[in-house]
Amino acid sequence: MANLTPELEKARLRIAKVAANCGLDYFETIFEIITYDQINQFAAYGGFPVRYPHWKFGMEYEHLSKSYEYGLSKIYEMVINTDPCYAYLMEGNLLMDQKLVMAHVYGHCDFFKNNIWFSKTNRKMMDQMANHATRIRRYIDRYGQDRVENFIDVCLSLENLIDRHSPYVERPTSRSKEESNSKPENESHLLKVTRPYMRDYINPPEFVRDQQKKRHEELERSQRKFPVESERDVLKFLLQYAPLEDWEQDVLSIIRDEAYYFAPQGMTKVMNEGWASYWHSRIMTEHILNDSEIIDFADHHSGTVAMQPNGFNPYKIGIELMRNIEDRWNKGQFGREWEECDDIKEKKHWDRKLGLGRQKIFEVRKIYNDVTFLDEFMTEDFCVQNKFFVYRFNEKTQRFEIDTRDFKAIKAKLLFQLTNFGQPIIRVQNANFENRGELLLEHLYEGIDLQPDYMSQTLRNVYKIWGRPVCLVTVMDNEAQIFRFDGQEFVHKNIASPLPQGSPA
Amino acid sequence: MAIKEDHNRFRDIIKGRVKEDLKKYVSHGEMIGKREKEFVKIPLPHIDIPTFRYGPKQRGGVGQGDGKSGDGVGEPGDGSGQGQAGSEPGEHLLEVELSIEELADILGEKLELPRILPKGNKNIDSVKTKYTGLAPVGPESLRHFKSSYKNALKRYVSSGLYNPEDPVIIPIRRDLEYRTYKKVVKPQTKAVVIYMMDVSGSMGEEQKEIVRIESFWINAWLKKHYKGLETRFIIHDAAAKEVDEETFFRTSESGGTLISSAYKLCQNIIEMDYPIHEWNVYPFHFSDGDNWSSEDTRYCLKLLTEFFLPNSNVFCYGQVESKYGSGQFLKDLQKEFPDDERIILSQIESRDKILDSIRDFLGKGK
Repeated sequence: MANLTPELEKARLRIAKVAANCGLDYFETIFEIITYDQINQFAAYGGFPVRYPHWKFGMEYEHLSKSYEYGLSKIYEMVINTDPCYAYLMEGNLLMDQKLVMAHVYGHCDFFKNNIWFSKTNRKMMDQMANHATRIRRYIDRYGQDRVENFIDVCLSLENLIDRHSPYVERPTSRSKEESNSKPENESHLLKVTRPYMRDYINPPEFVRDQQKKRHEELERSQRKFPVESERDVLKFLLQYAPLEDWEQDVLSIIRDEAYYFAPQGMTKVMNEGWASYWHSRIMTEHILNDSEIIDFADHHSGTVAMQPNGFNPYKIGIELMRNIEDRWNKGQFGREWEECDDIKEKKHWDRKLGLGRQKIFEVRKIYNDVTFLDEFMTEDFCVQNKFFVYRFNEKTQRFEIDTRDFKAIKAKLLFQLTNFGQPIIRVQNANFENRGELLLEHLYEGIDLQPDYMSQTLRNVYKIWGRPVCLVTVMDNEAQIFRFDGQEFVHKNIASPLPQGSPA
Repeated sequence: MAIKEDHNRFRDIIKGRVKEDLKKYVSHGEMIGKREKEFVKIPLPHIDIPTFRYGPKQRGGVGQGDGKSGDGVGEPGDGSGQGQAGSEPGEHLLEVELSIEELADILGEKLELPRILPKGNKNIDSVKTKYTGLAPVGPESLRHFKSSYKNALKRYVSSGLYNPEDPVIIPIRRDLEYRTYKKVVKPQTKAVVIYMMDVSGSMGEEQKEIVRIESFWINAWLKKHYKGLETRFIIHDAAAKEVDEETFFRTSESGGTLISSAYKLCQNIIEMDYPIHEWNVYPFHFSDGDNWSSEDTRYCLKLLTEFFLPNSNVFCYGQVESKYGSGQFLKDLQKEFPDDERIILSQIESRDKILDSIRDFLGKGK
């Protein structure tokens, strides 16, 4: 334990022991005390001590240090999902704060280790990031800072075009697909013949020829479209097929790797913070705090879980929902009998004394992500208790206003925000659009327009990688539109349907 | 720290943006009167990496708290410092802070201003020693008690030896620290800038503002080159008087115009305080070019030929376009000194021309 003071080290040992007794199962965790300036640096680097050189980290750092200097925000805790876990404590915080952070961190570490969405994570990411940095520095030495940095800008602009679920899906390999397709090649389009001597009457030769020709044409048409199935991992597609130089390809793959590393953290933000907050408050209040610390603890804790009317605090929603689940499973408020009960009074005093709560939340932390977590466990009662509402922008008053407290609307909105991490879903539809080698991207429209200025800028960046004209199909102002950038000018036109002609529906 | 590299890179990008739009920022009057170390806030369009993202207006979200349908909730932001639940709307302005010094640098780059070569006894560097540093070795007489004690205390606390009941601290060799000195080299270039401004009735508020902005930036640039630059300020209508910087940048007077009054006062100041063989002298004069009489103009020309041109690095005259002024003075100067290197004339038609005019004055590197 590198530089913990004896006092902190003593506290750490106690907290680690309590956490283990509670059933938390964490990677070995290494705490380090660092100054506020270092913590700002690490935070700007996404928690890592070494990243590739890029101005966006500098911007983040400026932002963090300014808000710290003006007393607007302060980072208490940072933990990196690696094995062993690294966590940072800020020099000069109260002892109580440090203890709280340690308890919180053990919650996170347990989550990192056990949640299924982290099962594919590279636990040696710290080395990996350092390697990335070395590679990029080497390119900078060879090709110049401006050139490499500009290309990184382009890559970062497409950073969110990955398929967050792909690491967990085991897709059939392309060969087995071909085999299954090729087998019925000659027979499927003919009428069924049970008696051999009837064959020429049921399927006369002209008919067979016609059918074969038709099939052939169909096949040809589908082959003209590439990829055959739309590809959600746009970055992967570009890596494989865009005309990039070796170093550019490597840079793009670095950006993609890092995006995939951070993806599960985005997918489990609510749960992860909820879980860690649940445990810090349990561990602290039940085992660690002494009388003189309780006020500070309450102050700090309530600050962490405070929710503003217009904000979305994952700590708050996470911890409340965790507690709610524990309570419901302790009392047996689940299952068919509970669902079918209409008597409000009975429901209110429903207690089967099952005591399954603890077991249930451990199960939840293992197999859920934010979307499934909220989808499954967020109930109407929970929404009412926590006074949730949906807000939206009112064109007339030009401000954001409370829209409704309808449970379904709240849940739909929350789930929508969390699906794909609140990012639009964009796929590669066709890499040979209009048979001109143009790249056609499609936006799976879900009722919200893309932001036009960002969209056009991003499309330009796609062009820089693809090297041929690029198009995007989306819906803007209630009309299906196709945007095209050919390297010179940016044009858009309305189209009849969201999907362009020539694509199999 | 590694982040410094990225941070500097980011600052460079910002400065690049400011440079592109320098005219806009420079012609703002608000910065006037700031010291060179002071920061100014400059609103810039958000610097961001574009991604495919949802527009902010239709987005909305889920919030928590009291209130009924139709109540405002304010701009969606991040609760409790935790972002990421949806990125910021992209329309916010980025406010960056730059010091006047940095801005002067950017100005220099933008206008491609040359470094100024000081005249006369150029490199009188004075070396001073200052006891500012600490070193692990040194004579006992220079032992720094406080920091040695602190080191020892730190060592005690961190190794768990410290006993509050019996707070005895015994320093060992590696706790000790000694005062040490550094050599400070001070380049001794002496320079004085004397700004003269016409504040007569014919100079409108806009004209004065232009003069102030221009002299402010000239001042900022020169201060970068001459450590310990001295500045003097003169305002004049029919009579001239010396004022302090504050007054110069704020005052409004009115009356007739006798340019020679300012020149005479300026000459006095130079003769009294700045022996010309030791000092780089830069007189700047701004006016709308409307002098009281041609007789006075002749007197001015005489002063210029006999005193200012031989004795100053360069004499700068900037003429602001004014509704009332005739602009005659500039023409007279042009006629009198058609190809004189020692005088720089510049015409400032409007705010937009301030940068060009600064380039006229400082572009020669005198």
